[in-house]
Amino acid sequence: MSWMKQTFNSSIGRKFAMALSALFLMFFLLQHFAINFTSVFSEQVFNDLSHFMGTNPLVQFALQPILIFGVVYHFVMGFVLEAKNRNARAVKYAKNNGAANSTWFSRNMIYSGMVILLFLAVHFYDFWIPEISTKYIQGDMSGLLANGEFRYYEEMVEKFHDPIRTGIYVLAFVFLALHLMHGFQSAFQSVGARHNKYTPAIQKLGKLYAIVIPAGFIFIALFHHLTGH
Amino acid sequence: MSANKGLNLTLKVWRQKNQDDKGQMETYQVKDISTDSSFLEMMDILNEQLIAEDKEPVAFDHDCREGICGMCSMYINGEAHGPGRGITTCQLHMREFNDGDTIYIEPWRAKAFPVIKDLVVDRGAFDRIMAAGGFVSVNTSGNTQDANAIPIEKANADKAFDAATCIGCGACVASCKNASAMLFVSAKVSQFALLPQGQVEAAERVQNMVKVMDEEGFGNCSNTGACEVECPKGISLENIARMNREYLSASFKSEEV
Amino acid sequence: MTKLDAKIPEGPIAEKWTKHKNNIRLVNPANKRLIDVIVVGTGLAGGSAAATLAELGYNVKAFCYQDSPRRAHSIAAQGGINAAKNYQGDGDSTYRLFYDTVKGGDYRSREANVYRLAEVSANIIDQCVAQGVPFARDYGGLLDNRSFGGVQVSRTFYAKGQTGQQLLLGCYSAMSRQIGKGKIKMYNRHEMLDLVIVNGKARGIIARNLVTGEIERHSAHAVVIASGGYGNVFFLSTNAMGSNASAAWKIHKKGAFFANPCYTQIHPTCIPQHGDQQSKLTLMSESLRNDGRIWVPKKKEDAEAIRAGKLKPTQIAEEDRDYYLERRYPSFGNLVPRDVASRAAKERCDAGYGVGTNETGEAVYLDFSSAIMRYGQETANVKGYHNASQEEIRKLGEEVVEKKYGNLFQMYEKITADNPYKTPMKIYPAVHYTMGGIWVDYNLMTTIEGCYAVGEANFSDHGANRLGASALMQGLADGYFVLPYTIGDYLADDIRTGAISTDLPEFEEAENAVRERIDFFLNNKGSKSVDHFHKRLGKVMWNKVGMARNAQGLKEAIEEIKQIREEFWKDVRVPGSGDGMNLELEKAGRVADFLELGELFARDGLLREESCGGHYREEHSTEEGEAERDDANFTHVSAWEYKGEPSDAVLHQEALKYENIELKTRSYK
Repeated sequence: MSWMKQTFNSSIGRKFAMALSALFLMFFLLQHFAINFTSVFSEQVFNDLSHFMGTNPLVQFALQPILIFGVVYHFVMGFVLEAKNRNARAVKYAKNNGAANSTWFSRNMIYSGMVILLFLAVHFYDFWIPEISTKYIQGDMSGLLANGEFRYYEEMVEKFHDPIRTGIYVLAFVFLALHLMHGFQSAFQSVGARHNKYTPAIQKLGKLYAIVIPAGFIFIALFHHLTGH
Repeated sequence: MSANKGLNLTLKVWRQKNQDDKGQMETYQVKDISTDSSFLEMMDILNEQLIAEDKEPVAFDHDCREGICGMCSMYINGEAHGPGRGITTCQLHMREFNDGDTIYIEPWRAKAFPVIKDLVVDRGAFDRIMAAGGFVSVNTSGNTQDANAIPIEKANADKAFDAATCIGCGACVASCKNASAMLFVSAKVSQFALLPQGQVEAAERVQNMVKVMDEEGFGNCSNTGACEVECPKGISLENIARMNREYLSASFKSEEV
Repeated sequence: MTKLDAKIPEGPIAEKWTKHKNNIRLVNPANKRLIDVIVVGTGLAGGSAAATLAELGYNVKAFCYQDSPRRAHSIAAQGGINAAKNYQGDGDSTYRLFYDTVKGGDYRSREANVYRLAEVSANIIDQCVAQGVPFARDYGGLLDNRSFGGVQVSRTFYAKGQTGQQLLLGCYSAMSRQIGKGKIKMYNRHEMLDLVIVNGKARGIIARNLVTGEIERHSAHAVVIASGGYGNVFFLSTNAMGSNASAAWKIHKKGAFFANPCYTQIHPTCIPQHGDQQSKLTLMSESLRNDGRIWVPKKKEDAEAIRAGKLKPTQIAEEDRDYYLERRYPSFGNLVPRDVASRAAKERCDAGYGVGTNETGEAVYLDFSSAIMRYGQETANVKGYHNASQEEIRKLGEEVVEKKYGNLFQMYEKITADNPYKTPMKIYPAVHYTMGGIWVDYNLMTTIEGCYAVGEANFSDHGANRLGASALMQGLADGYFVLPYTIGDYLADDIRTGAISTDLPEFEEAENAVRERIDFFLNNKGSKSVDHFHKRLGKVMWNKVGMARNAQGLKEAIEEIKQIREEFWKDVRVPGSGDGMNLELEKAGRVADFLELGELFARDGLLREESCGGHYREEHSTEEGEAERDDANFTHVSAWEYKGEPSDAVLHQEALKYENIELKTRSYK
């Protein structure tokens, strides 16, 4: 399988893999948002969906590992590529006018990415680690609180009680928006999907996605912060 | 035009004796530059001034001075070939500047383009990429088939031409934050991939050219689009997408394991 | 004179080349691997020669002063390349291309060479298309043609205004393939500084590595000079800044005769000078004359008002415009050959009708407004807009013109800050190409055995004036299809020679001479820069050896150039050192050679007491200002042998025989 190795070690192959993981992550983000958004209008729908996602073996043992691999690959390769790219220009320009030819967010994906990584650490600490601990260490797959109700909604609302945490989430989503502003359309370019007729539409859709999804997450966080008990 | 007052300018120029020298920015003053002069004519005047002062003139690459040879290569005020779009440094004219301006002049910066002296860099990496596959393997026997034997769809012929107008100046590498050579390589890959003559060995070509491109130490493409904006010939990002497609399909389709 | 045997094969003209190819000796593939060939210059001629020789199996060492073979100045050719394909069915043929070229060259070229050029022209197009050169095509997918000055058929193939670039990149691709295989060893940023002759044969060169400053010896069994023309002797020309005559001049000094140095092409459509800080001139393709009409005001006072900036060209009424080419040459109009168009522009400007508002005051208009309206009307008809307003028609027309000449218009606007869609372009003639060059025989060999000259560097095919789109044709014909055959005939003797040692005393001697000269420049510590002398030389050349020459001016030029040369050697200042890159040192060597060539140039012009093609002697003209050839005394090639000072050069003549074309007064009326 040396061709695989060769392909995915080439600059184009790596970008292709970055794009594939990005597309997968963006799809994941969309469904994550859709489920979270139900919490705004229905505690029950949110709980049912959360329980399904948290216990369905296909989701847990097929999609979750892919997601973890995708996240890890996207971050690790992001850093690897950044290091290589920095190395490709050892001496910097005394004066560089990057704004003349490209957008801020396209030039600073590493920084928006790093903020997202930090956020993920908080997010995992908040939700994912307790989940894994409850389900696979303590072995409680019921998803129920002591009072016999689903615990998911309660847990979430409680987390957004804290204004500092809510602030961190809001800030992280702003950086996510910046990351997606470039990332969405860039992923299509990297896999070679470009067409004079459709690319402008993809670019518009990318901007829409980059604004609507993070703004939605911000809305959810603020909603629960302000309305939660 | 000639009635215009000449410009007085401060120049901050990169000076470096040779490849091993560390180099530094030096400051010079030039006076009474006609706004009709080209940027390189302004550099000529600076050099004449330096020679008169018994100093070494600034070495810079230039040749045709009409925007087609691709030799000139200056990073002016933070942009490849300076401000202005669709031009090379030699086509940049002093009317773009104002009296009293300070102008930064640096060489292309990329590990794959080491500085030889002052503003002169070694772009041999481009030649080596070309030697890896930037051609159609046909001998110059004169016994090829008639030129009109294969009709070529005008749209494709035009696109191939647009890609082929690349002058190999390296502005794409210089402006890319990653010093990536994707626009240059993709222009050549696209030209041949769009023409029936080139399609025969398209898969092999793209793989070989990308391999050498990676070995030469260029960075990766992160689709910022700076290259397209700064390219004096307006080579489109469409070519990079095409090369990505060509490369990936060549990798997956090839029977080699 | 015995030395000047052109070696033209016997037989009818149409069969000469075929017969010659059948009779010359070949080198078998195994033996080709034992033979080295040096090619100096990587433009269309050198690049195509290097690629083809390597494909054939020879070991090629190619040299260029630029950082890559792709930068050679062939790249700047805009308009197109001629070929007798007759795809348009408009009566073209090999014979007609041959005839047009000989007539266009004012009957001063060698018939057999020109016929061969026309014969192989069609192969060039096939070859380039096979290489992936993206020529313009029509909607049916077939190749498109346009017409050029001096001919009445459409035989010019083109790639927008960048034909030279596309053809050169084709050559460069072919070279790259051989470089990748190791059959061409490429020496970028190297300049040839001398030719090495061993036992009367060219066996190598001395070159300077322009990056490290090292002086290198390179040996080979044959040396091909493809270093282009010497237009930069005028300082201001459309040539690249680095274009130089040094390789050609070095072999001249070692025994190669220099032919017809006074035949220079002054191109009629260039952007006028802006002033004293100017470093070079920019060409606007001749193809523009297909659609542009050239004019100046009919009234002197209008011209004066324009020069003073009080009047705009668009304010001059149609009846007050003098379309002087259409007036003087009704049958060819704006498409007269270059020499004729250039002189006509000079004549109008000298008479006080020039419209240049810049420091030099010399310019005429090249106006696209009628073409824009014509194309606009056509498009409106095709699209069925029957009530289109003048403004709409103009817009449609501008779109058509943009498609055809967009990049040229854009280039013009960048340089002048004028929009040529709205106001006529201002143009003036400028030095562009040199028909003269190293004398070669039918095999393209110079008077030094084993030393060849191809492309613009030789003198062979264009006579006293070159037609548009023929330079690309000649460069590629020489390199792809002529030299690779003829050089084999010579190299067949060398299959047992083995590698040539660079330790031979001849190499040492040549290297020492080169080192001496470099040391001289670096230690001269004069007070004036190289450019100072180059500019002075250029002024003399342009004023006295330019578009119109006379005995008085030429004599003065000879004296003045001698004077500048003496001052140069006394007072030139070359800063820096010899180890490492030193651009002033490079220029000094080149200008030193131009200062000799310029004098020979003027001498040749003085001796040629006639007007032909690009060489126009005021004493030899009709009352209407048309050139007067003297076929009785000057139907020959003037080939100069070096004997020390340019004034000592010895003239040899090669008589030109016209067996297939009748010598006639060239008329485009």
